[in-house]
Amino acid sequence: MTGFSVLLRKELLEQWRTLRLPVIAAVFVVIGLGSPLLARFTPELLEALGGAQFQIVLPPPTTADAVDQLIKNVSQFGILVAVLLAMGSVATEKERGTAGLILTKPASRGAFLFAKLVAIGGTLAVATFLAAAAAWFYTLILFEALPVGGFAASALLQWLALMVFAAITFLGSTLTRSALAAAGIGVAAFIVIGVLSVFPSIAPYLPIGLGAPARALALGLPPGDVVGPVVANVALIGAMAGLSWLSFRRQEL
Amino acid sequence: MTGAPLAASGDAAVRTRGLTKRFGSVLALDSLDLDVPRGSVFGLLGPNGAGKTTTIRILTGLARATSGSASVAGVDVSNDRPDLRRRLGYLDQDPRFYGWMKGRELLELVGRLAGLAGPGLRTRVDATLERTGLAEAGSRRIGTYSGGMRQRLGIAQAVLHEPELLILDEPVSSLDPEGRRDLLELIESLAGTATVVVSTHVLADVERICDRVAILDRGRLVTEGPLSELLAAHARPIFRLRPVLGQGDRVAALATQLRAAPWAKSVEVAAGTVRIDVTDADAASRQILPLVVASGVALTSFEQAQPTLEDVFLELVGPASPDELDGRGHLRPREVDRS
Repeated sequence: MTGFSVLLRKELLEQWRTLRLPVIAAVFVVIGLGSPLLARFTPELLEALGGAQFQIVLPPPTTADAVDQLIKNVSQFGILVAVLLAMGSVATEKERGTAGLILTKPASRGAFLFAKLVAIGGTLAVATFLAAAAAWFYTLILFEALPVGGFAASALLQWLALMVFAAITFLGSTLTRSALAAAGIGVAAFIVIGVLSVFPSIAPYLPIGLGAPARALALGLPPGDVVGPVVANVALIGAMAGLSWLSFRRQEL
Repeated sequence: MTGAPLAASGDAAVRTRGLTKRFGSVLALDSLDLDVPRGSVFGLLGPNGAGKTTTIRILTGLARATSGSASVAGVDVSNDRPDLRRRLGYLDQDPRFYGWMKGRELLELVGRLAGLAGPGLRTRVDATLERTGLAEAGSRRIGTYSGGMRQRLGIAQAVLHEPELLILDEPVSSLDPEGRRDLLELIESLAGTATVVVSTHVLADVERICDRVAILDRGRLVTEGPLSELLAAHARPIFRLRPVLGQGDRVAALATQLRAAPWAKSVEVAAGTVRIDVTDADAASRQILPLVVASGVALTSFEQAQPTLEDVFLELVGPASPDELDGRGHLRPREVDRS
């Protein structure tokens, strides 16, 4: 992993300088703030929209609605962001020739790849935890206080789920020279995982299956068996990273 | 120079044996055996498609050989060897950089990868920016650089860590005359301390800076050796006459008389010069001037010329026949015979 720390520093600087990190962080803060707001005011909005002709009766909003809204929004926008972040990470550098610039220097191909994956993970982590912090704060104002530790653990599981999609797209970016093709692989993985999640025996071990324990942890409830799903998703990320390295180490640039 | 002296494989900084590279049915390199002595400034010459860039890409680890071997400093290049690349500087023929990065930041990145740090790194970066004429542009984003400035930055990143082996692929292609002069001076200053492999089409530059050359043609090594020996080996007696302008008819008549001489191999009149390729230099040197006097042609100069590298290059590689050229005027690569 020669050159890993130097390349990680370059990747993080790139995330900042190209505005990816600040823009994604801002979007996730808006998601974090908006989720409890939406949960709190949806019944009133629907009532106002319905007017005198239609009467829509919804149960009073609760903290569970705020958490559900947060997990739904983070997973939807987050998967999109994860794919966008990872799609060009390697493919664009191969296409533009900058991968050749770095890899004729004393840096290993493994360091080149994993610095990118860690930087993507870092950006997604900052964004996910900012969204969680914003959501926790607005839930406190609009509803009630939720356990900080549970909320942080919930954010960790949401981040892990996003990292699976980022890692699959990253593998696509390593295999191809086209960011669009890599994005296609990421989207295809999302569809396949969605289809597989209808099978109850494997659903908990898929990234989408992490939503249930994440919800329970955020609400301060017992999450059930979380070790197995976490290990499965970490293994999936590891497998994608390993396959990326196996592919990339023999590629011509 | 950084690092220990170049290790084994004799005195060769670069060695290839049977180096072969195929792209599908196209044979880009055909069993190339090459030795680049350490400390030499080595010119890698050849027409487009000769295999120069493919050779360089294999040496730098960007491409893999189909068969054969290549080593730098005695170390096989086929594996991912960052420690080997610490001793290598490389300039691509079309250097690409991160547009969001500043020139100084790129050099700091390259320096850190090479193991430099702290005040030593800053001093080295400052000196390299100054040396390559980028002192003022170093704080600007690379995305705003001109083609020539990017080429200078490419040179800067290649020499920053003072490598033992510097590989330059078409280094003067985007440089203005001043940049070209600076680069040639830089290469000359490295002679004897570092090994420099330079691939270029500018033969005058090769004659100025290189002590050895190899000529490739369609993936094969045509010749290799010290430049002086190469010029001597292919020396042919050539005479050049430069008539005073405005004597077209007389010069044409003189050319006809010269062609009739038994020692004349060929006579060409072009660009105000009469070039006489002869088989017997002694006879020619005695008889050319009397023929000139008899024809009444007034001269500004008369010389027995030394062959240039261009003469040798054209003799060895020769002008391509029309069926050897592709639609852009480049030589077609050779197809692999699968019969």
